[in-house]
Amino acid sequence: MIRVVLPTHLRTLARIDSDVALEVEGEVTQRSVLDALESRYPVLRGTIRDHVTRRRRPFIRFFACEEDLSHESPDAPLPESVASGAEPFLVVGAIAGG
Amino acid sequence: MSKVRVLVGTHKGAFVLTSDGKRKEWQVSGPYFAGWEVYHMKGSPADPDRIYASQSSGWSGQVIQRSSDGGKTWAAPGGGVTTDPSGMPHGESNKFVYDASPQTGKPLTTHQWYDGTQHPWEFKRVWHLEPSLADPDTVYAGVEDAALFRSIDGAHTWRELPGLRGHGTGPKWQPGAGGMCLHTIILDPADPERIFIAISAAGAFRTNDGGKTWQPINRGLKSQYLPNPEAEVGHCVHHISMHRLRPGVLFMQKHWDVMRSDDAGDSWQEVSGNLPTDFGFTIDVHAHEPETLYVVPIKSDAEHYPLDGKLRVYRSRTGGNEWEELTRGLPQRDCYVNVLRDAMAVDALDSCGVYFGTTGGQVYASADAGDNWAPIVRDLPAVLSVEVQTLQ
Repeated sequence: MIRVVLPTHLRTLARIDSDVALEVEGEVTQRSVLDALESRYPVLRGTIRDHVTRRRRPFIRFFACEEDLSHESPDAPLPESVASGAEPFLVVGAIAGG
Repeated sequence: MSKVRVLVGTHKGAFVLTSDGKRKEWQVSGPYFAGWEVYHMKGSPADPDRIYASQSSGWSGQVIQRSSDGGKTWAAPGGGVTTDPSGMPHGESNKFVYDASPQTGKPLTTHQWYDGTQHPWEFKRVWHLEPSLADPDTVYAGVEDAALFRSIDGAHTWRELPGLRGHGTGPKWQPGAGGMCLHTIILDPADPERIFIAISAAGAFRTNDGGKTWQPINRGLKSQYLPNPEAEVGHCVHHISMHRLRPGVLFMQKHWDVMRSDDAGDSWQEVSGNLPTDFGFTIDVHAHEPETLYVVPIKSDAEHYPLDGKLRVYRSRTGGNEWEELTRGLPQRDCYVNVLRDAMAVDALDSCGVYFGTTGGQVYASADAGDNWAPIVRDLPAVLSVEVQTLQ
């Protein structure tokens, strides 16, 4: 299971109390994790990635294993510890004021 | 016994204020969508318990929320409902995609940027939601960058009315300080095919065929920040209001200047008259007196607060030109808040109630058409919009 941690505003929107545990088919990448997340919680579509371009929204960042993965290819494999569920995949709102 | 429900959108959530017809004791519920910007909420005239809300954030984009119980509970209409042919569910309620299809004439894709260069249209947020007068499931959305969308399935899915951007003047539209927003939508109660909209900074536009074709209606407006002050488009219209019994008469608060039109926007005349400053954002019309107007003069485009630190509403009982200041119950010293374009509304009780919210978080109400004012709440986040429902 992949563990995903969402920012507070998105947890509220999706009515999620805690981390999300997801089954991801095939290779574990940003794209496959976010596809699975949006499939489970359709209200999140457009809030992390643009509706049309499917690119990460500018003020959203992706962290894992103390690394910033925001600028990695969405199809690059995520670290093994994320794929195994040992470490979470963090969706973070950029610090840009209140 | 009549009741009043005031819908307040703020920088950090939404609030619902309710009272009986006396409008003395108020209940405050919220915040809803806490931490998100709520640019606008509005109830359906056909079903007052159906309320739509625009929830947005710079981080996570646009969400449309809908209530079917008068604002007690909310849901995003598209959440988990639709499924595409591959079986993938879609939350479509938040999806605003500009129409660039050949079938609709490939509407223009660039507008003027602050520096005069052309800039692509980019969706940012919904500024205003206008439910249909007859159908609770039909609602219009005015968005930034400026365009008009419509949903006919209760905000589940949205389609642009592309004739507005496609009519030809788009490359001359430009953003104001708040962005290039379509902020005003007025549905003509006497003619379902006629709609008025306004854009900062493009001006006012009208359709007579339900949104298929549009024409600018800015003749008579003068804006000194334009190379040609009387240009067909480019004017920073801040808000327009109309009395439901006289849909051909429009009142406008422009960036500077208060204007009126007696021919459905074909021409405009200035009616600023004796206002101490004619800059401002909001304007509204008394519920029962079509010639009684309200504005909140703001010092200038550089100083977005009341003149002399005194918060004053100005009322005209003559359709403009002659204005009286209304101050009773409003702060008359050290007040430096703003009142934004969608932050004033009126109720329809026999003694017309007038309401407005400030960027300081106060929502003021007058139960006697503006003679006396009192705050309903004092310490909300900055108020972006105020709408009122009069309930039986």
